[in-house]
Order: sequence, then structure tokens, then C-alpha cells
Amino acid sequence: MNDQVPETRREQPVREIPVEVVGRRQGMFGAKGSGDTSGFGGLTAPVALPPASRRPYGGWFDEVADELEGALEEQGLDPADVIEKTVVDRSELTFHVAREHLLRTVRTLRDDPALRFELCLGVSGVHYPGDQGRELHAVYHLRSITHGRLIRLEVTAPDSDPRIPSVVSVYPTNDWHEREAYDFFGLVFEGHPGLTRIMMPDDWLGHPQRKDYPLGGIPVEYKGAQIPAPDQRRSYS
Amino acid sequence: MSTQHYEGAQNSGPQDPGPQHSGPQDPGPQNAESGQEEAQHAAARETTEGRVFTVTGGDWGEVVEAVGRADDERIIVNMGPQHPSTHGVLRLILEIDGETVKEARCGIGYLHTGIEKNMEFRSWVQGTTFVTRMDYLTPLFNETAYCLAVEKLLGITGDVPDRASVIRVLMMELNRISSHLVCLATGGMEIGSTTLMIYGFRDRELILDVFELVTGLRMNHAYVRPGGLAQDLPPGAVDQIREAVKTLRSRMHEYDKLATGNPVFKARLVDVGFLDLPGCLALGATGPILRATGLPHDLRKTDPYCGYEDYDFEVAIAESADSYGRFLIRLEEMRQSLRIVEQCLDRLRPGPVMVADKKIAWPAQLAVGPDGMGNSLDHIRKIMGTSMEALIHHFKLVTEGFRVPVGQAYAAVESPKGELGVHVVSDGGTRPYRVHFRDPSFTNLQTMAAMCEGGQVADVIVAVAGIDPVMGGVDR
Repeated sequence: MNDQVPETRREQPVREIPVEVVGRRQGMFGAKGSGDTSGFGGLTAPVALPPASRRPYGGWFDEVADELEGALEEQGLDPADVIEKTVVDRSELTFHVAREHLLRTVRTLRDDPALRFELCLGVSGVHYPGDQGRELHAVYHLRSITHGRLIRLEVTAPDSDPRIPSVVSVYPTNDWHEREAYDFFGLVFEGHPGLTRIMMPDDWLGHPQRKDYPLGGIPVEYKGAQIPAPDQRRSYS
Repeated sequence: MSTQHYEGAQNSGPQDPGPQHSGPQDPGPQNAESGQEEAQHAAARETTEGRVFTVTGGDWGEVVEAVGRADDERIIVNMGPQHPSTHGVLRLILEIDGETVKEARCGIGYLHTGIEKNMEFRSWVQGTTFVTRMDYLTPLFNETAYCLAVEKLLGITGDVPDRASVIRVLMMELNRISSHLVCLATGGMEIGSTTLMIYGFRDRELILDVFELVTGLRMNHAYVRPGGLAQDLPPGAVDQIREAVKTLRSRMHEYDKLATGNPVFKARLVDVGFLDLPGCLALGATGPILRATGLPHDLRKTDPYCGYEDYDFEVAIAESADSYGRFLIRLEEMRQSLRIVEQCLDRLRPGPVMVADKKIAWPAQLAVGPDGMGNSLDHIRKIMGTSMEALIHHFKLVTEGFRVPVGQAYAAVESPKGELGVHVVSDGGTRPYRVHFRDPSFTNLQTMAAMCEGGQVADVIVAVAGIDPVMGGVDR
């Protein structure tokens, strides 16, 4: 035990890695307001997304990162401006890309022979209301059949300005995927050929999968007891 | 808003804009100004039962006039959403000139049920009961893909017992056959081959019987759970599966006899719904559509999961890139799936089907009852009668669920339709923060326009049947 203490101290990071806190969890039993007599009600814990990773990332991750950074430099871009951070978590590689450079980045990822991510697996929106100034995340998964690799790109936009460039010109498959993300999250993909709702009716108000959009539902009576709607039930999260 | 004003406009008909008179109670210059645009809206009047609107469709005259000006034969046809040959509630909007399709577009969303949103309000385990209902012809693929993603987030991918993985593969391959059979059956019915339809549904019934025996239900199984399976194979299941495989194999040649070499069948399918490799990759098409271009891309080989690297099977491909090639691929994949199922049966060894971690494994030993899976009475007797701790543990895990560490994961399986990807995000709570399904039907359906435009109306049906979209998966 004693010789482990200096070991961990030496392992302390030299440069502070910014931790992205997206929320705060209170209590333990999901009781809000009153009713929690457990004594755990005052407990708070930050919800932090996995932090940026340091090189070496391991495996082919370094190769892809090197190739991408090299290709961006060739185009006169500073990789540090384009790639905000690189996260390796659960053996998956994620590049957080600045939204103004997204189109250039995906074009490079598709066209560079050493990268060649020829298949885009769509875009998935995620809404983090607690992530100040970067509330809306658009998550792209790219697969390279040539090299047998899979990477993830993450792009953020604030709620006040939910614009992200459309990648339909590079990956036409994202046509419907971007319409879906617009429909559900209100992400506006600039340059999309026809950004209209795809799932919800055309005159629907609001974007249903945002966290500030309620689930709705009515209480149901079952065997004599009132079962509240799913979003009214006690949450243990 | 003045009701009197509208009453006047109501009788004047849609062609005649502007108010005929202003009501005495509602004079004013603002009313006269807005009269032009208000005439576009439905007329309303107050009655004792509330406000009543009279909808007249003011722009019909313009539509007729515009059509009259056009000198060609183009018409726009709405196929669906209630057309029997559109696979559920798919709406096709076709602009046709004679028999030629000039433009084709899809209208989807008629079966949107908000599953992804609903899952954010249930526990991680309850998620499987939702995802199984997405693409209802491939429930076990949805469940497995979701559970693989959750296991990745939990970091227990390596802890899933071998027996659980083997049974997952076994069930998925049976499911692949049943999904392809429905595709062939409905596709055959749509082009008038009712025999193909009868054969397909007859053989699918064998597989549904196996599912019913193992999971308790023919559809919506919720059989695969994060960490393993809901329960082990029941007694007699292995024998019944062997029997079903034998029967299915003996009937495979019937499809060849009926369809593969049939000149009428080939005349409808060959060179219809053509989409080459660059088109497939640009539009993100995977599965039989991609393999029909000659590219042997199959996640079971390129990115194995559930131990697929240990099974001996071939990836079926075709070179023709048309509906007929896709048909041949599905036929061959069913044969390969039968091979895998037999290998699974040989590979089954006794053992647990759930991770050993009692903080994740569902506490109840479930049992198949007359109405599907339910709690086993033995287990209830034990926790209620003899073990207080087991009761508490059961209660906590069932009501609250387990926590999943913060992060995101993507897991993909090769479903019968293509790459089924699941993007799962956790905020460290007992509920998913976000679950997104990249359903292959959704992405593949985008290729409809590329396949159909310039072809004949009758070929649209064949092309869509070759895509094999299931609206439960498309709309989710």
C-alpha cells in the first residue's frame, strides 16, 4: 500500500485535462423535493463525460489520428483547431470536431486513401442541457470497409445557435438521418437539400427528443391502483 | 377574428377572395385589409356547440388550372400508406408519365412510436422490451445489438458466458431465416406468386414455434438481456430445433424449383432495382443490397461479435446488383444460417446464461408460462419465504435497475437487412440517456428513388420488395 502512493503521484497528469461536466446528480433514491428521509438527499455528484485521451491511443487509433492530422495540415489547417479533443473510451475512438471544419474533415476522412471511411452510419443527436454552450451534440459513426475500422465524430452546437453544416454533399446517406436529427432535436443542418420533418407531422411543434420536451402520457388504472405516466414515476437516476 | 365577416365569405366560394360584407359589429379598416389573406383560411362561425369551421380547399381551382396548362401526361400517384404491397405503412409518391416513373419519393413516419424517447424513461433492462418491437421481423437482432452496446458500456463484454453467446447466435440465425422467409413470401405475393407466399409463411411457422418454445412468445421476445439471456433453453428445445433445421433444409429446394429458374419470376426480377457499388456506399445501403453488387461485406466476418469468428459459413454474394441477385443472396443466406444453427447446437455446453455479477444479472429465475415469460414461482417462494436479503436485492434491481457508467458506445450486428447499429449514451444513471438505432431498413429505403426512377410502375413494387423495408424499424 505504501509504495503505491508515490506511484500514483508520479502518474498525475502534467497538463490539466478539462473535464466536460454535463450535469449534477443529487441524492440516491430519486426523491425530489421532500420525502427522502434516508439522509442521502444532500449528496451531489457531477456527471462528467469521459475526458480527452493522451497519446498513444493504442492499436490503429494512432495511425488514423496521425493520418487525419497530417491530411488536415496539408490543407493548411491546424489540427488543434479542427479536432477539439480526441477521446478513447471503451476501445472506441472519438474525434470532437469543431463544427466549422466538419465538412472538410469528413471529406478528408472519406477521400484520403489511408483513411477511406466510405460508409457513414448516420447521425445521432444527443441533448445535454447541462453542457453550457454546447448543448446539442451530433454524433457520426464512420466505417471503413477498406481498412475494417470504425470511428466516431462528435460535433456540438449551442441551443441558441443550433446550426451544423450538412454532410449530405459528402455522404448522401445522411439525407434522412439529418432530417431525423432535425425533427427530433432541432439541429439545423446547413446546406441540406431539403431539411423537413421526417417522422413527426409537418405541423408539429417542438422537437420531441430534446430533454426539455416532456414524454407525456396519462395515468393508468391497473387492478385498482393508479399507475402514473412513465415520466411522472419515481426516477432513480 | 370576426365571425360575421367569415359567414359572408363562406357562401361566396373559394374562387372569390375578399369579404362580401363587413358585419355591423365589426367595422374597421384593419378588417378590410386582412380580408385578402383571411379568405385563404377555413371559414368559421360560432354556433351553440362552439366554433365550426367550413373547410373548402381554396386552391383547388388553381390546381386544376395549372394541370390544364401542362401539356404532358404526367400524373402524381400516391401509393400507400395503406397499399397492401408497400410493406406496412410506407407511402410512395410517384410522378409517372404513362407507365414510366419520372420521380419517386418516400413518405415515412406513419408508424413512428417514439421508442427511443420512451426508453429514456425506463430502466436499462426494460429497454429490451422496447427495442424488440422496432423491426418486428428481426426482434432478436434488435435485442442483441442493444445488449451488446449496453454490455460495452458496462465493460462486461468479455464476461458474458459462452452458452449465452452461442444461444444468441442460434436465435439470431433462426431469426435471419424467418425474416428472409417473410421477405420472399411478401415479395412473391406482390408479384402474384401466392404459392411462394404460402411456402414462406409455412416455413416461418416452424421457426416461430421454436421461438415460442424458447422465449414464450412468437414475437416481441425480450429474450436477450444485458449480460446474457432471460433464461436457458427449455427441455426439448435442442431436439425441436434439430428437427426444424432438418425440415427446413429439406424444403429449401422448393424455393429453387418454384422461383429461382422460373422464367416468369426471373422476367419480373432480373435487372430490376439496379444499384451498383458506388451507389450503395453513397446511399449507405448494406446487407443483401450491398452484397448483390459483389462486395462480400458482412459484419459477422469483418467485425465479429458473439463469437461469429468461430463459425464456419460463407458470405453469399451476387454480381448482378438487381432484385434477382438479392433474392438469390437471401436464399443462400438461409442455407448458411441453417449451417450455423447446427454448429451452435453442437457447440452448446452446459453453463450459466447470465453474467455472474449479481449487481447486473436479473435476479429472478424466469419461467415460461402460458402467456410468455414470467417470474418463476419457485423463486418467488424462496425470496418471500426464506431470504429477506434476496427479496431486498430483487426489489432494488427490478424497480431501480443497475447503474451504467457515463459514456457512449456503438455496437453493430449484421441483421438480415444490413448493418443494425445502436448508439447508446449513459449519464451514469439507471436509465439510458439516449438510445439511437441506425436501422438498416431506414437507410436502405433511401435507395428506393435511385432504383425506381426511370423504370416502370410495376417494377417499383419489385424494387421495394427487394429492399425489404419493415416500417416498424424505419419509423421506430
